[in-house]
Amino acid sequence: MALGRTYSVALVGLNGYIVEVEADIGQTLPAFIILGLPDASLNEAKERIRSAAQNSGIPLSRRKITANLIPASLPKRGSGFDLAIAMAALLASRDIRSTGRTVFIAELGLDGRLRPVRGVLPAVMAAVRAGYADVVVAQANAAEAELVPGARVQGYATLARLAFDFGADPQRLALDFEPEPEPGEPDAGADAPSFLPPDMRDVAGQGDARRALEVAAAGAHHLLLTGPPGAGKTMLAERLPGLLPDLGDAEAMEVTAIHSLCALTSASLQLVRRPPYESPHHTATAAAIIGGGTGLPRPGAASRAHRGVLFLDEAPEYERRVLDALRQPLESGELVLHRSAGTAAYPARFQLVLAANPCPCGKATGKGIDCICTPTIRRRYLARLSGPLLDRVDIQLQLERVSLADFGQPGPEEDTATIAARVHAARGRQIARLLPFGMETNAQVPGRVLRGALRLGAPTTRILDLAMERGVLTARGYDRVLRLAWTLADLGHRDIPAADDIGLALGLRQAAA
Amino acid sequence: MRAKDVLGRRGEELAAGYLTAQGMRIVDRNWRCSEGEIDIVALDGDTLVIAEVKTRKSLAYGHPFEAVGVDKLARLHRLANAWCRDHELRMPLRRIDVIAVLDDGIGDPAVEHLKGVG
Repeated sequence: MALGRTYSVALVGLNGYIVEVEADIGQTLPAFIILGLPDASLNEAKERIRSAAQNSGIPLSRRKITANLIPASLPKRGSGFDLAIAMAALLASRDIRSTGRTVFIAELGLDGRLRPVRGVLPAVMAAVRAGYADVVVAQANAAEAELVPGARVQGYATLARLAFDFGADPQRLALDFEPEPEPGEPDAGADAPSFLPPDMRDVAGQGDARRALEVAAAGAHHLLLTGPPGAGKTMLAERLPGLLPDLGDAEAMEVTAIHSLCALTSASLQLVRRPPYESPHHTATAAAIIGGGTGLPRPGAASRAHRGVLFLDEAPEYERRVLDALRQPLESGELVLHRSAGTAAYPARFQLVLAANPCPCGKATGKGIDCICTPTIRRRYLARLSGPLLDRVDIQLQLERVSLADFGQPGPEEDTATIAARVHAARGRQIARLLPFGMETNAQVPGRVLRGALRLGAPTTRILDLAMERGVLTARGYDRVLRLAWTLADLGHRDIPAADDIGLALGLRQAAA
Repeated sequence: MRAKDVLGRRGEELAAGYLTAQGMRIVDRNWRCSEGEIDIVALDGDTLVIAEVKTRKSLAYGHPFEAVGVDKLARLHRLANAWCRDHELRMPLRRIDVIAVLDDGIGDPAVEHLKGVG
């Protein structure tokens, strides 16, 4: 019986499943069949594998090769199975020796080189979790695969080299073939492109907004900035990721895994340590923001912003259903996408920053005498941000135009590093206080904890109680102010918010809508 | 006779010898009708064997087996029917075999035999 067996990984969303690849050689006319729900690109593997093996000096058997991918019911797609199928076929014809429990994840070029594929990081994570620690990937994917703790990774440049290491006859192999480095791939020695993140020093004036941004960073509060064009809304939003602390080990793996799935280039991926920043354009579709696409849905901007910042500029211009689709991830930190081909779950715990003009003409600021919008139009414009969405946005700040005094003679503004240090300290205090509740940031604390275990004394909350009594503050608004007050206390190294913190917190949410 | 026909002829001789050595009885060679030609008709016990012989000098243009496609197989089935009609025989047990002969003109030719290909 001529049978070969190897292993690979199929990805469904970020979850990987071990796939057993069987190859059988039948004594009948030459053919190549792939079974087990292959998609079009996987079916093309037949031609790639035949040519790659031929050009590596170890042609596949001139008989009927049947490759079976198990479990058969799991839909499989992409070119990452090429290598596992090729190795199984070579094993079936006894050209190489058994590969044991080694997992193969790579695409084959016609010349026999191993090409990198998307999603190697989550695939290797899945393999290691399933108890398959030996992994063979393309050279260009090796660094990424090695990020996974416990994986024994081997990167190969060509099929011939790999076959040689598994005992193929060196007389026949095309071992002298060394592929050129792929175009567009950075040389091993060259530094990764590093760009300097924007610094808070560049923001002139806007004291309130700077303070609001610091509070947002410290407590992981969602943020809405309204203000006229040119007030610096985008500038501020771009600087928020710089204020956030580095990602922890587990978080960094999550973020890198998503980036591995989305990678368009084959450039080798490094561990993402900084919170990502995504700013999709307001014409973006729901599929682009929350994830979608043919077959199994792929992650969208909300997932790419996982553990980072999702900035929606001109928020009222977005389609309503796009904005409302964000309510689920804001609540659960996860996006579960159901399609006929299967269900994919992607993490999406991002910090939301919304920016909006005060009205369609953008001039309704200050006294608003230049504004040409009617009151109805103005009201409708901001009403496009639905109540349930704004309910989750703790800080809602109105920006004014930068005054000439601030702009003409910029004083020495604080830089990002200084503010980030305060944010870091405040995060530390939150973790110490909230870990018993299973939370890490003030933004996550539900109202019943705020008004229960973390209840403040009546004298401190007196202005809040008054405001609520008079009906200017809703119950939800009450909780939001409390959350912000805690963050302000954390930034000020106070164990418990004082009446001043409550007052400041009230000021940070002069509700725009 | 052209060179390729000489090669094909030699391949068929080799194939016939091979089948005989395998214990089959050759009943007909190069039988022709309007549909085409059967290289070898043989009997393997009670089974009628329609054998197609493919001869090549090298693998430069692919393996001989790769030259037998779906169309060729369909024609071989029609030819098998035609042969039975012509000889007024009813042969319920039949199969199509393909024999590849690789003859580079230097060493001994290699003969490969696939039974019952479809």
